[in-house]
Amino acid sequence: MLSSITLFIGITLMYSTPLAFAALGGVISERSGVTNLGIEGMMTIGAFTGATVGYFTGSAWGGFLAAGIAGGMIALLHAFASITCRADQTISGIAINLIGPGVALFLCRLLFDGATMSVPVTNKIPKLFGSAGITGALKNLNVDVTVVLALVFAVVLWGFLYKTKWGLHIRSVGEHPAAADTMGINVYKIRYLCVIASGILAGFGGASMTLAIIPQFTPTAISGQGFIALAAVIFGKWTPHGAYGACILFGAAQALTVILGGGSFQVPSEILAMLPYIITIIILILFVGRSAAPKASGQPYEKGAR
Amino acid sequence: MKFKKAMAIGLAAAMTLSLAACGGSKDKEEKTSDSKTSDKKSDYSVAMITDTGGINDQSFNQSAWEGLQELSEETGADVNYIESKQASDFVTNLERLGDSGATLLWGIGYACADAVLEAADSNPDLQYAVVDNSYEETPDNVTGVMFRAQEPSFMVGYVAGKTTESNKVGFVGGISSGLIDQFQYGYEAGVQYAAKELGKEIEVSVQYAESFSDAAKGKAIASKMYSDGCDVVYHAAGGSGTGVIEAAKEAGKWVIGVDRDQAYLAPDNVLTSALKLVGKAVKEVSMEAMDGEEIGGQTLTFGLEEECVGISEEHKNMPEGVYEATLEIGEKIKSGEIEVPSTKDEYEAFITK
Repeated sequence: MLSSITLFIGITLMYSTPLAFAALGGVISERSGVTNLGIEGMMTIGAFTGATVGYFTGSAWGGFLAAGIAGGMIALLHAFASITCRADQTISGIAINLIGPGVALFLCRLLFDGATMSVPVTNKIPKLFGSAGITGALKNLNVDVTVVLALVFAVVLWGFLYKTKWGLHIRSVGEHPAAADTMGINVYKIRYLCVIASGILAGFGGASMTLAIIPQFTPTAISGQGFIALAAVIFGKWTPHGAYGACILFGAAQALTVILGGGSFQVPSEILAMLPYIITIIILILFVGRSAAPKASGQPYEKGAR
Repeated sequence: MKFKKAMAIGLAAAMTLSLAACGGSKDKEEKTSDSKTSDKKSDYSVAMITDTGGINDQSFNQSAWEGLQELSEETGADVNYIESKQASDFVTNLERLGDSGATLLWGIGYACADAVLEAADSNPDLQYAVVDNSYEETPDNVTGVMFRAQEPSFMVGYVAGKTTESNKVGFVGGISSGLIDQFQYGYEAGVQYAAKELGKEIEVSVQYAESFSDAAKGKAIASKMYSDGCDVVYHAAGGSGTGVIEAAKEAGKWVIGVDRDQAYLAPDNVLTSALKLVGKAVKEVSMEAMDGEEIGGQTLTFGLEEECVGISEEHKNMPEGVYEATLEIGEKIKSGEIEVPSTKDEYEAFITK
C-alpha cells in the first residue's frame, strides 16, 4: 500500500514536470498580453536541443541550458511577429508549432545520420536522492531534480509577478498597455522579455522530457504537452500557482489511470484513458469557476492608437 | 514613417523569400531518391511510399527500404521511394510513383491501406502491395503482407518465463487492437509454456498505454510493474516503449524490445528483442512479382518459417542455455508442434490444453 502511494506521487510529479515548465512560460507571456500558442513548438525545439547538446557535450545541465536558449530564440520569432509586426498572435503561434517539430526533425536527421531519434545521452539529469542505495517505497519518490526545479520556478514566478515592481509592470502591460505606457513603462520591451522568458521555460519543459524522463529525442517525445500546458494556464486562471496546480492535477489523473489499470479488477483501459479528462471537466465545473484572461491578451499594442 | 514603410516592404519580401525557400526545400526533401544503378540492368521497377514516420524511422520504413536496396543489388531492378509527410500525401505519392514508371508499388504500414486500395482501383494495370494490412476483399492487383508477430512474441515470452526470478513478468501495449493482440497473447502463451516446463506459476501483468507516443505513460506503467515485482517487461508500444526501456534502466531490471534489436537503447537491460524483418518480406514478395508470379488478390503472411521474424542474436544478458532452448522452441513453432495463439480465444484454448 505504501509503495502504491509513493508510486502515485512519483508518477504524478514525473508527468506534470514538463507541463509545469511550459505552463509557467504560458503564464508569463499571457500576463504581458501576448498569447503564446506556440508553446508546443518551443517545447519540441527544447526537447531536441536538450537531448542533442546533452549527448555531444556529455553534460545534462549544459543540454538543459541550451534547450532554454533555443526555446528563447524561437520565442524571439514569435515576439518579433506579434509585437513589432503586430501580426495575429494565434497565427504566429501556430506557425511556431509547425516550424518547431520540422526544424527539430530536420536537424536531428542532419546530426544523427538521417535518424529521426537521437542517440541516448550518457548523463541524464540527476535524481533527487542520487542514483544508488535507495530501496523499497522510497525509491518511487526518487524523482528527477527537474521536478524540484519546476516547483522552485513556480514559487519564484509567483513572487516575481505579485510581490515586485517588475511583476506589477508586467501585469499592467497585460491589462491596459496604453495606461502603462502613459506611466512610462516600455510596453514593447516588457512584452519582448516576457515572450522570450516563456520560450526559455517551454524549452526547459521540453528538455525535462528528453533529459530526465527519457534519455533521447524522439519525434513523439513532445506530442500534445504544449497544448495541455496551455489548458493548464487557463485552468489556473493565468496565475503561476494555479497553472502549477493544474499541471499537478493532470499528472495525478494520469497516475491514477496507471495505478488503476492492469490490476486484478479489470477496468477497461479505454474508460481509464478518459479519466484524466473527465476529472478535469468535473473539477473545472465544481471548483474553478469563472476565469478571465488578462484584458489585453492577444491584442497587439500600437503606440498612440486610439 | 517612410522608414517604417520601407521596413514593412523589406520584411514582406524577406518572408516571401523564406516561404519560397521552404517550398523549395520541401520539394527537395520529397524528391524521389536516385535509383541505384547496377551492372545488371532490369526494366522492372519497384517503388515504395513510407508512412509518416519517414525513411529513417529506425523501424519498418527503414527496414522496407533496406529490403528494396538489397533487391536492387541482387537483381538490378530499379528501386525508389517517396517519403510521406502526412496521411493526405499517400494517394498523391502513389500516383506520382505510378507515373514515374514503377510496376510494383509498396505502401509501408497499415496507415497506407486505404490509399493503396484507392490507387489500385484507378490504376488496374499496376501492381500494389501493402505491409501490415489484410483486406476483407483484396483486389486482383493488390497484395497484403502480414507478419505472424505472435511467433517471435512467443519466443521472447519463453525467454521471459525462463529468466524471471520473481515469477512475475509484464507486457506494455500501445493501443489495444488485433495487431497488438498478436504480441500480447503470443507473449503470454510463451511465458506459460516456460512456466509449465519449469513446473511453476508465472503471473503476467498486462497494461495498455492507450497511446503509441506517450513515453511518460509508458515509463509510468513499466515503473509500476517493476515496483510490483515484475522483473521482465515486454513492450509493443512504439514511442511509448522508449519510456518502458528507460524505466527498466532506472529500476535495473530486464526489458524486451520489439520490431528491431533495441539493445542499443539500454545494452545492460535489454534481454532480447522480438524482430519483424519487414525488409526481407518486401524483398521476397517483390522478387516473386519480378519472376512473373501472380501475387495479387491475396494476403501473404510471414513468420518463422519464412525467416521474416525472430529474436535478436545477441544474448549476453540471458541465463546460460536459454537462447539455445528458445531457438528449439522456434523450430517447434516452424514444424507446427506448437501452435501459437494470436487472439484471446486462441490463447484460452492454448492454456487449457
